[in-house]
Amino acid sequence: MTNDVQVEAPQAPPDATPTFAMLRTLGGISLISGLLVVLAYQFTLPIIAENQRVRTEQAVFRVIPGAVSKRDFVLTDAGLVPAGEGVQGELIYAAYDADDRLKGIAITGVGNGYAGPVTVLFNYDPACQCIVGSKILQMTETPGFGDKMETDPEFLKNLKALDAKLNADGTALINPIVTVKNGSKTHPWQIDAISGATLSSNAMGKAANTAAQRAAPTIQRDLAKLTAANHTGQD
Amino acid sequence: MAELPKHQEDLSLDTFVRGLWKENPVFVMLLGMCPTLAVSNSAINAISMGLATTFVLAGSGALISWLRNWIPKQVRIASYIVIIATFVTIVDYAIQAISLDLYAALGAFIQLIVVNCIILGRAEAYASQQRLVPTLVNSLGIGAGFTIALFALGSVREILGSGTLFGLHLFGAGFQPWVVMVLPPGGFFVLGAWLLLFNWIKQRGERRADAPTGVPANAR
Repeated sequence: MTNDVQVEAPQAPPDATPTFAMLRTLGGISLISGLLVVLAYQFTLPIIAENQRVRTEQAVFRVIPGAVSKRDFVLTDAGLVPAGEGVQGELIYAAYDADDRLKGIAITGVGNGYAGPVTVLFNYDPACQCIVGSKILQMTETPGFGDKMETDPEFLKNLKALDAKLNADGTALINPIVTVKNGSKTHPWQIDAISGATLSSNAMGKAANTAAQRAAPTIQRDLAKLTAANHTGQD
Repeated sequence: MAELPKHQEDLSLDTFVRGLWKENPVFVMLLGMCPTLAVSNSAINAISMGLATTFVLAGSGALISWLRNWIPKQVRIASYIVIIATFVTIVDYAIQAISLDLYAALGAFIQLIVVNCIILGRAEAYASQQRLVPTLVNSLGIGAGFTIALFALGSVREILGSGTLFGLHLFGAGFQPWVVMVLPPGGFFVLGAWLLLFNWIKQRGERRADAPTGVPANAR
């Protein structure tokens, strides 16, 4: 900057903008903004809710093969409560086949992986007290490493018969589900980690453990509600 | 940054076209790098992000241009940001209504359109001074330029990094994906390669224009 600039002829002071004009403009723009946002929200709300319903249903039917219908229940301290009765809480999805027999129960669990949370939907079989299938709902793991959890057939075998038996009190798992180092799985409640994706595999183990620890005791206690809901009384 | 237009611009083909090439927001102005690098890991993400940004550009540009004589300059930044945020919220809901998978793939970068400097830059440099129709046309041109640039990155990264384009497998089972291309560093590599190419073409064109007749244009 040179001195010429500083000794330049004094400029006339800028016209004062009336306070009202500023308030009117910001107020008016906020009003327009509010109207547009509320309109967009109201218009898209039913479409988004339907999208979410379809997405959950597809995920449940994929993790529980052979299922054609499902009923949602909320996990509460007092037991299972059918969803939609105003009770808030974690949802589980009981899935039924064409003859209305209980095919499996989809439960969700979250574990922290390498790049963030991994959310997984598990197929819990109440008869064998084990996890018999899984589907990752959301993850941000590294492509080529963490996403092997969805594709590696050896790893997926872990989740075909993963032991989740309850203790004598029915309050927790006898053996918590854990991920062990690649190649060292010796018990049915262990998950053999993918070599090179240990942290992602750990996340899967944590997700399975939290899901089963939280949902299995309530499901076993209230199993009658899930099977009785279809009027056959047995599955 | 492009030179500020000082007078009312007449609508011409150039109003639209210069956003594609001469004032391309990514390859020439290097604006909006955050979504450019972050969501160009697949062609569909890139195009969706480009279209979402174009909608916000056009919508906010039109409203700002329409209201330009009522916005005192003391409150202009606040006004522009509220207007931009409004259109971003609309786009956010629209994408959720179109596809939840797409919404999950784009993640926080939809909301981050609010602070995309292409949009605020256009509002300040163009929409606040020009009439409605030229603003709309110019915004669409800039948006198209942004979308094309994102697609240029997204398609290359998806082909090299996943061996697919729009999710369709291009190569046989023997193809080993170059995974780093869909990871953040790949964004920088591909952007760098495109910038190299564009600047080379531009410089070659300038040399050809400057070269005296009779001398081969590409003589070094």
